Amino acid sequence: MNAQPRFFAPLARLLHWLMALMIIAMLFIGAGLAASVSERHEWLIHLHKPLGIAILALVIVRLAVRFSTRQPPLPGDLPRWQVLAAKASHWLLYALMLVLPLLGWAMISAAGDPVMLSHSVQLPALVSANAPLFAVLRKAHGYLAYVLFFTVLLHLAAALFHGLIRRDDVLQSMTGTQD
Amino acid sequence: MVDHSSPPRPPLSTASLAIRLACIGGVVAAVAGAFAYVNGTFDPQRLQPKTLVNALETNNGIHPGFRRNHAKGVCVAGYFESSAEARAYSSAQVFNAARTPLIGRFALPSGNPYAPDGSVPIRSFAVQFSQANGQQWRTGMNSMPVFPVGTPEAFYQLLKAGAPDPATGKPNPANMPAFFAAHPEAAPFLAWVKTAKPSASYATETYNGINAFFLVGADGKRQAVRWAVVAQSQDAVGDTAPAGSDFLEKDLVQRLASGPLRWQLNLTLANPGDPLDDASKPWIGEHKILNAGTLVLQSSQAQADGDCRDINFDPLILPSGIEASNDPLLAARSAAYASSYLRRAAEVSPLHRTPQESKP
Repeated sequence: MNAQPRFFAPLARLLHWLMALMIIAMLFIGAGLAASVSERHEWLIHLHKPLGIAILALVIVRLAVRFSTRQPPLPGDLPRWQVLAAKASHWLLYALMLVLPLLGWAMISAAGDPVMLSHSVQLPALVSANAPLFAVLRKAHGYLAYVLFFTVLLHLAAALFHGLIRRDDVLQSMTGTQD
Repeated sequence: MVDHSSPPRPPLSTASLAIRLACIGGVVAAVAGAFAYVNGTFDPQRLQPKTLVNALETNNGIHPGFRRNHAKGVCVAGYFESSAEARAYSSAQVFNAARTPLIGRFALPSGNPYAPDGSVPIRSFAVQFSQANGQQWRTGMNSMPVFPVGTPEAFYQLLKAGAPDPATGKPNPANMPAFFAAHPEAAPFLAWVKTAKPSASYATETYNGINAFFLVGADGKRQAVRWAVVAQSQDAVGDTAPAGSDFLEKDLVQRLASGPLRWQLNLTLANPGDPLDDASKPWIGEHKILNAGTLVLQSSQAQADGDCRDINFDPLILPSGIEASNDPLLAARSAAYASSYLRRAAEVSPLHRTPQESKP
């Protein structure tokens, strides 16, 4: 038998850091546009849509990579509740990365608006026009974005906890750095 | 293979542990703080979409299911027949296809869905052109030629000047004159209001897009324009509004029963120096005007369950070949309409049921 890997696969690490930047940018862009009536609202929304579709495409690749590569194990001495929290938060992160762009796409469709990624690139409607459905999807998009933001904060705090307090191999398994 | 089981680390001193925990807390707090800053949490004075929509609700009351502004209206449907004149300036399919179907909505400007038709001289006309390629052009037009103010901040102040005084339930009569004294940019609008009378019909009005946009040609050339639809059915001069409070919709239904109604779509090309970012300023002097085609209305529907009810006439839903100018009102309209749309979309059912229940 091969030994357990110490690091995530290079492609998994690349996707993690690339998407970390994109998702944090996306959360700030979304919050900024929802809280503005200035021209910023307009240029942020023009960033938000193509970036969201890019995240949707990347998370599909990422899940494929996740299922086809071996993950470094968590430290054997990690308390059970932390193991559970780590697993649950990772699956929550994956689920939200997948669901939020789909909700955004579906809510624009439900409003009966053309789904435009640029002046000329248009996606098909995901659902047919339905105003009450739009209201549900739009609210879910906002609330779940907050859930994603808090989960990202928790993930960040936990990673630093592993790196600075526990000083185990968990942070390095994603940074790829040796001791 | 490397043995990756961690060697036991020496325990951290209390001071080191405290510093490290503080670092983690600091990083998390910095990210959360930046997010709250972007979100407007530290800036209660920032004008947000909800601020504008809340101000409309304060002034008009909350009428579930209705638009927060331009609440009283009627749906119409028809098509646009393009002429060749705009084709050199815009690659949009609406100007290049022979016919483009449209859904529209005539309305009064107030957020009160029960406002008497004669209470204001302004009428509005919103249109959604649905191109065959799936792209849309939505525009909200008004019968006045300019907007009272040029910025969303000034518009918010205008709404606040019209807010009811909690003591009397009516706006303080001194507020509006004070607002206009402080906003000289409203002079062209006020000059128009002096001459304007509430029309007896939606069908006889000219509706102005007011904000500037760019037409973009297939060659990428950009031409700034303002647009308007000019009624082709003009009644006798001096025809004034009849008594009663709901004559506009009846008049429209009657006219459509005897045939389609037509407007000419005019695109006024900006001259060098015309303001593109200030809807309160008229474009003065000679201008080249393109007749882009004819807008034809064939039918109407009550708005409670009409096809226009669930359309957000966001002026920034534009097809390829038409682009927004940097008029700050456009982004503000888009953002505020989205907020109003979300509120009423969650309430559509009560509006939808009311007329059904009132039927015998």
